[in-house]
Amino acid sequence: MSDITVPTRSSGTTLSLDALSGPAARARKEGAIKAVFFLAATVSIIVSAAIVWSLVREAWVFITEVEWANTWGQNGWFPRQGLYDMPTLLVASLIVTVISMLVAGPIGLGSAIYLSEYASRRTRSILKPVLEVLAGVPSVVLGFFALFFLSPQIVERISRSGWLIIGAVILTGYVAMMVIWVRRTLQREASTSAAQMFTRIIVLTLFVLVGLVMVWWILRTAGSGDAGAANFFQVKRSGQLAAASIGVGILTIPLVASISEDALASVPRELREASAGLGARKVTTTTQIVLPAAVSGIVAAFIIGVSRVIGETMVVFMAGGAADAARFTDSPFEGGLTMTAGMASLATGTDNVVGEGLTFQSLYFVGFVLFLITLTLNVIGARFVRNVREKY
Amino acid sequence: MANTTDTGVSVTDETTSDITVEAPTAAAPEAAPASTPVDPADLVFDVSDLSVYYGDFRAVRDVNMTVERNQITALIGPSGCGKSTVLRSFNRMNDLIPTARVTGDLIYRGVDLYDPRVDPVEVRRRIGMVFQKPNPFPKSIYDNVAYGPRIAGQKKGLDEVVESSLRKAALWDEVKDRLGDSAIGLSGGQQQRLSIARAIATQPEVLLMDEPCSALDPIATARIEELMAEIKSEYTILIVTHNMQQAARVSDRTAFFSVELDEHNDRRTGLLVEYTDTAKLFSNPDDERTENYITGRFG
Repeated sequence: MSDITVPTRSSGTTLSLDALSGPAARARKEGAIKAVFFLAATVSIIVSAAIVWSLVREAWVFITEVEWANTWGQNGWFPRQGLYDMPTLLVASLIVTVISMLVAGPIGLGSAIYLSEYASRRTRSILKPVLEVLAGVPSVVLGFFALFFLSPQIVERISRSGWLIIGAVILTGYVAMMVIWVRRTLQREASTSAAQMFTRIIVLTLFVLVGLVMVWWILRTAGSGDAGAANFFQVKRSGQLAAASIGVGILTIPLVASISEDALASVPRELREASAGLGARKVTTTTQIVLPAAVSGIVAAFIIGVSRVIGETMVVFMAGGAADAARFTDSPFEGGLTMTAGMASLATGTDNVVGEGLTFQSLYFVGFVLFLITLTLNVIGARFVRNVREKY
Repeated sequence: MANTTDTGVSVTDETTSDITVEAPTAAAPEAAPASTPVDPADLVFDVSDLSVYYGDFRAVRDVNMTVERNQITALIGPSGCGKSTVLRSFNRMNDLIPTARVTGDLIYRGVDLYDPRVDPVEVRRRIGMVFQKPNPFPKSIYDNVAYGPRIAGQKKGLDEVVESSLRKAALWDEVKDRLGDSAIGLSGGQQQRLSIARAIATQPEVLLMDEPCSALDPIATARIEELMAEIKSEYTILIVTHNMQQAARVSDRTAFFSVELDEHNDRRTGLLVEYTDTAKLFSNPDDERTENYITGRFG
């Protein structure tokens, strides 16, 4: 029974090539459609390259011509006077990043855990769209909210002791994380290599250092909140970095939540069942199995969140409490300019960017730095996301 | 222990068991009573009139059976007959499905497992489960096995528990030098033995195995079957299997489930047709439906 006969429509055993070559018109149509899509892809690549090119070209002029002494250690960012103090912008961006991630991180991850692990299908079907609506709020609306509600109603009412309490809560959370990590690490009785030990020591040192910097910063800025007062060089203007940060944080919650939720949802149901089958409670399964399994996705959510926060412009511009120029500050209760707000406030409307020589180019330079930061973060974030995909 | 030759099982192709059978005679007698009376001290499960619902859909109805200590009980039957559903109700895994509901009595050593005061977590610590698909946690081999004892609060002596569990699961020699490696890197058969080791590590009294070999090759399957025979003296084992030869090889008693079609709503409900000694079920079944199934003849 080894002879298998293939039935053919014609009675003969050979076919003519025409029978299988198909209509020529179809082949032409395929070709045209392919060309259209290729064009679309090419255009987007060309546009991206052109943007980078224009950025680099002007930034290069700045880099080659600026007096570097004016970009570091000055008392503020005064581009029209030729003082381009980068730390002013970088520290303001850092403050906004830290505070907004303190808002968006826990709330975003918390909602993701609730949606993915606890919510019934019904609750989920209500909550998810709500989160998506939040994602759709235009940032200018949140800017308004930050400027006219968060700033006067919340931030200006935070007293010295209030800030210390908030700081204590944050630090407690931070120390708790550290303790959990150390205990987890010690729990592994199986052999540890020297390289692993080395990494752990480095991580622990970083943990402690960051903690100490946070303590120092909180104590230093406690009560510096001369909030809402006129910035030294400017007209009186409401808003502080803290108000802007909270606004940006709210804006970022849905992003963190949705990427984290994807990561949690990609953890196979079998793992949750296996854990439950071994007598684990829901909270144990979530913290010991699901979160560790999804950790790279959650890290990605945070990295992409940070990248979003650093690039956010409208809220910090409106509610950050400074325009055009800003004194150096490391206090969230004062007005300041982030990189984005610094650029936006200088390059608005019909007003030509004028000032000492390089004012115009300085914007490109800041833009370029910003671009490098977000590009790096996005690449790292994308790598973490890919890790999640590969694992299962 | 029964084996294929002396029970006269003629079915040789596992795929035949995938064919869905419908109860040919709705009026036929229900589950046959156990053939020998059981000493109450050896009674592990006493199930009466158990039905499992998903929402308003009755997935399995009127299961009556008893399970004795240190025996291997096989649950066989065509797809959709509810054998896995029944198995999962033995340690309340069905609780994880929001719409699932159980009626009837499921008495485990004198306690109704579905009494409102019963904590399913406690139940699952005593009644362990091995799943169809090997599902190691993305952790080290050691951490996988130590997971159950750890979450139960054990801190000391974990090394010993890990070693003895891996030994019982016949995996120790293969992994003893790389306990810190990720369990994901093990082969399918090793992963499944790891799942068994992980379940054993919590020192359960009963092991529920839901088609533990269906994702494994014949060699890995043989190892798991040997393993079951070895650990039988310490555990009571219930196994769901699609493979009738496997049921015939490893089990002491076999429960045959079938499905019946409700003509009003076109839904299938599983039911226990016959439950008796494995040797008898495969050689001389009482019920015509059982005979049709084990001989590969349906309807």
